[in-house]
Amino acid sequence: MTSIPEIFETMSWGPAPESAKPALDWLLRHDGKFGLYVNGAWWHPKGAEHFATLNPATGKKLAEITQATAIEIDVAVKAARRAQPGWWALGGHGRARHLYALARAVQRHSRLLAVVETLDNGKPIRESRDIDIPLVARHFYHHAGWAQLMDTEMPDAVPVGVVGQIIPWNFPLLMLAWKIAPALATGNTVVLKPAEFTSLTALLFAELAEEAGLPPGVLNIITGDGRTGAALVDHAGIDKIAFTGSTDVGRIIRTATAGSAKKLSLELGGKSPFLVLEGADLDSVVEGVVDAIWFNQGQVCCAGSRILVQEALAAPLIAKLRARMETLRVGDPLDKAVDIGAIIAPVQLERIQKLVKQGEEEGAKLWQPSWSVPTEGCFYPPTLFTDVAPASVIAQEEIFGPVVVLLTFRSHAEAVELANNTRYGLAASIWTDNINLALDVAPKIKAGTVWVNCTNVFDAASGFGGYRESGFGREGGREGLREYVKGAAAVRRSGAGKAPKWVDPAKKAAARAAAPQRPSASPRIDRTAKLFIGGKQARPDSGYSTPVYANDGRVVGEVGTGNRKDIRNAVEAAHKADGWARATAHSRAQVLYYLGENLSARAVEFSARIAEITGVSAKEGAAEVEASIRRLWTYAAWADKWDGHVHHTPYRNVTLAMPEPIGVIGIACPREAPLLGFVSLVAPAIALGNAVVVVPSERAPLVATDLYQVIETSDVPAGVVNIITGLRDELAQVLAAHDDVEAMWYFGSLSGSAAVERLSAGNLKRTWVNYGKGQEWMDASSEGKVILDEATQIKNIWVPYGE
Amino acid sequence: MTQPTLAAPERPKPLPFTPRNPGVPLALDLVRDVHVNTSAVERRAASFGKRRTVKKEWQAAWLLRVVTLMDLTTLQGDDTAQRVRRLCAKARQPVRQDLLVALGAESLRIKVAAVCVYHEFVSTAVEALAGSGIPVAAVSTAFPHGLAPMSTKLAEIQASVAAGAEEIDIVISRRHVLEGNWPALYDEIRAYREACGDAHLKTILATGELPNLREVFRASLVCMMAGADFIKTSTGKESVNATLPFGLVMARAIRQYLELTGHRVGLKPAGGIRSAKDSLDWLGLMKEELGDAWLRPELFRFGASSLLTDVERQLEHAVTGRYSANHRHPMA
Repeated sequence: MTSIPEIFETMSWGPAPESAKPALDWLLRHDGKFGLYVNGAWWHPKGAEHFATLNPATGKKLAEITQATAIEIDVAVKAARRAQPGWWALGGHGRARHLYALARAVQRHSRLLAVVETLDNGKPIRESRDIDIPLVARHFYHHAGWAQLMDTEMPDAVPVGVVGQIIPWNFPLLMLAWKIAPALATGNTVVLKPAEFTSLTALLFAELAEEAGLPPGVLNIITGDGRTGAALVDHAGIDKIAFTGSTDVGRIIRTATAGSAKKLSLELGGKSPFLVLEGADLDSVVEGVVDAIWFNQGQVCCAGSRILVQEALAAPLIAKLRARMETLRVGDPLDKAVDIGAIIAPVQLERIQKLVKQGEEEGAKLWQPSWSVPTEGCFYPPTLFTDVAPASVIAQEEIFGPVVVLLTFRSHAEAVELANNTRYGLAASIWTDNINLALDVAPKIKAGTVWVNCTNVFDAASGFGGYRESGFGREGGREGLREYVKGAAAVRRSGAGKAPKWVDPAKKAAARAAAPQRPSASPRIDRTAKLFIGGKQARPDSGYSTPVYANDGRVVGEVGTGNRKDIRNAVEAAHKADGWARATAHSRAQVLYYLGENLSARAVEFSARIAEITGVSAKEGAAEVEASIRRLWTYAAWADKWDGHVHHTPYRNVTLAMPEPIGVIGIACPREAPLLGFVSLVAPAIALGNAVVVVPSERAPLVATDLYQVIETSDVPAGVVNIITGLRDELAQVLAAHDDVEAMWYFGSLSGSAAVERLSAGNLKRTWVNYGKGQEWMDASSEGKVILDEATQIKNIWVPYGE
Repeated sequence: MTQPTLAAPERPKPLPFTPRNPGVPLALDLVRDVHVNTSAVERRAASFGKRRTVKKEWQAAWLLRVVTLMDLTTLQGDDTAQRVRRLCAKARQPVRQDLLVALGAESLRIKVAAVCVYHEFVSTAVEALAGSGIPVAAVSTAFPHGLAPMSTKLAEIQASVAAGAEEIDIVISRRHVLEGNWPALYDEIRAYREACGDAHLKTILATGELPNLREVFRASLVCMMAGADFIKTSTGKESVNATLPFGLVMARAIRQYLELTGHRVGLKPAGGIRSAKDSLDWLGLMKEELGDAWLRPELFRFGASSLLTDVERQLEHAVTGRYSANHRHPMA
């Protein structure tokens, strides 16, 4: 034993272990073997496979976990289905009581949860105790509040139904809370699968939920590996999948659920930038880096793993970082004075080692502290790479370990460019005491969360989620609830709505060909409808045209047959119109009003055109034009009123939840309502700053091509609206597969919807499709907030203050 | 006086030990180019109590170290010579001998770092501490407000030094900071330093009366440039005294000054540190931000009057496993 005089001399840190005994006793009470929690009871399926869950700090087995199969999942989903109507019927206040009880149960058993988490995951007890578990309790409290308020705050919302949730191993219980709390608050029931490395706290939570009186079937926990997750995703009885994990698996899930009409939210990987700008407090920046990349061993999806530093600040920052790294402590996760615990598993450790080796081979300069990490268990030292180029693999790949790369930039513009030079877009942090600079840079970064002078700060009141290939949907806050509800109006329509009857006029045209044509007194002056790209009318690349038929089979004109190159050009033109997003909302509103004004001036002509092609009465044609003008006005009105929120997060800061345009949206318009369908989709998109590439009604594209002159005379900047006529599904699929299109809206067939969703997996663009169902375009339910939500994504900007 | 070059830091390296900080010319550009983010500083300061802890033997050893870092202080209007003599006796024998024996620590010859009094009691204390090796520190320059004529303040320092004080704790003129008059502050501290002669100079910033953490950092830099041996947080008389955010900012200023000049300056938090746990958080701060050299009385002191009792209680707990009571430990 070390003597007191010795310690007095060296002033070293000593051991400060948290006891594992209560957690080990809990494992013993279960005989070290866990079943599934289904329909309010523990279930050990006969003949089930089991696998071991290990303590990453020692490699020793903690318990045996059941490998659930499709059979058990089916039982769990059915239990959830049976429980759902009752859970919803309980009402907001009833559900609030349950969520409140769950929050209290988490608090009462907070230390046991923390110790089990640390044993199973390897994260320092200090983090599970002081960060994860308090955030879990907070999440249930916050959502107890949403349950209470749902009836009044979201009167039109109903639950999605049965939700399948799959969570990762890096924040096992916290991710469970992020998934379960909003789902239950809004009246859904849940089948949740924890990661196979870390099932224990989910099982312990199920036990607590049972004790707290949660009704059977409302929460079901099934365990297993990726096969179990895949079976859950594939189950036909699931209404929604919520997944947090890797981008690769997110892509598989997107593909697997394509066309299934399962609602989907994905929270995926990241390579989040950490920007150090002039005017930064460098000593605080160093602590920021500690929180960014040495929190949870760097196994954090939003870890600030790319330090981008102004060239002049690089040398002092690197010196300070290296000095600080010496004082970090790696070791027994149960030690209360350890900063960095164990890596989750040998496979992850090997991945880290491999990427670090690759970084060295690529010429980056590696720095690790002088001390060494424990050799038993899965440990890796904090690592800093300097002299890193954006092209090197370690600057692009998510390492998911305590490894950070440092790159330099020359100007703010270059900093933003580097920050956005990634497929991901989960989070970013910005360091400078210059608030002007910080708030200038924050909106320019493609990320769902931007922390100013702080990092890795979370709260239930603030939505968390990604841009780009970091996924879609938000967790937490008002914006997170959207993922678990649907509009009651939409529900009433669904099923009842079916695609309008469609007789191909071309067939009628064949019949007409035989009939004698009445010769015109004087031939009409030819009008050639081209494509509309970048504010100019352009001939189709194909050099082909497609006839447009009137309802009686008569050919009323021809439109260009757009192809993939036209789409490519249109997407490029749309990106060049990025100034539109920065225009003031007031200016955008003016343009939309002007569009309405100019459309109104030609109302008679458009009415006639609609009637001519679709065969509706002149009155109905006029009504569609009138409705289109009103809709333009609706979105002109919304343009400067689609406000964000300031969330009440429990820190001294303002958390700004800002709706931002998604970017370039591809829109495949419905066959029906050629003008109103077009306007109902394009107007909200552009009102909020997006640029669009539109495939107009395949049936009546001339209505859209007639709009060129209206658009040209209404001050719509070039490239904001691009129109490509041609075959809807073919063009929609080119758009869906285009990696520089950020969202795709599709109104067509079920198979077309499925294709769009499947192809969107490439860059994980947001999709909004109709699964072949009809839409009442004249109805008020076809406008307003639901569509504005689709046209924007929420960025949360955290701005601490105080002098 | 030597004039070290003010070069940008490379990575921190062990520097040759300089017995005293000689000061450097006032470098106003450095003083102005200071960034301190309050929220971030507060988050880091809060981490010392949460991320670090010492238990069992380590806690006992660290608490013994705390005792040796104390400037045992009495600065009351009703101080008397007898009261000061009692304090000095406690300074010689701050922890019960039986506890030291039980901890196996009697060889450490635990005594406090200094005794801190008003000028009136310097000679009393010097006499009472004769042979102990414990220096006497005198608060000076019209402590705690500092608003006496300069000649009076310089005379006070000289008188205390003449009476045997080896350390002089002066108060800065807060108005110089509030007015941004850094040359005036620099000149003031230089004059005090000269008046001190061989006595060590501790400059009290009275951080609770400065407008923000940035000005605390700047005032720290100016005092060090002017030749302070220690920078000290507070008089103990302000409404806000030694908090960890103040300490963190001052520690970082010390680090910057060290990187720039190679001179080590000490830190003395004073006022408001009453519990053993608080004092351990401070040691964690110093160890992590500045290194082990700042866990020694040459570079770190606690200005405290009631801290010692709580430390003694915790030491007894370390021996017996029972929670102790104040009255079981001899008072000063």
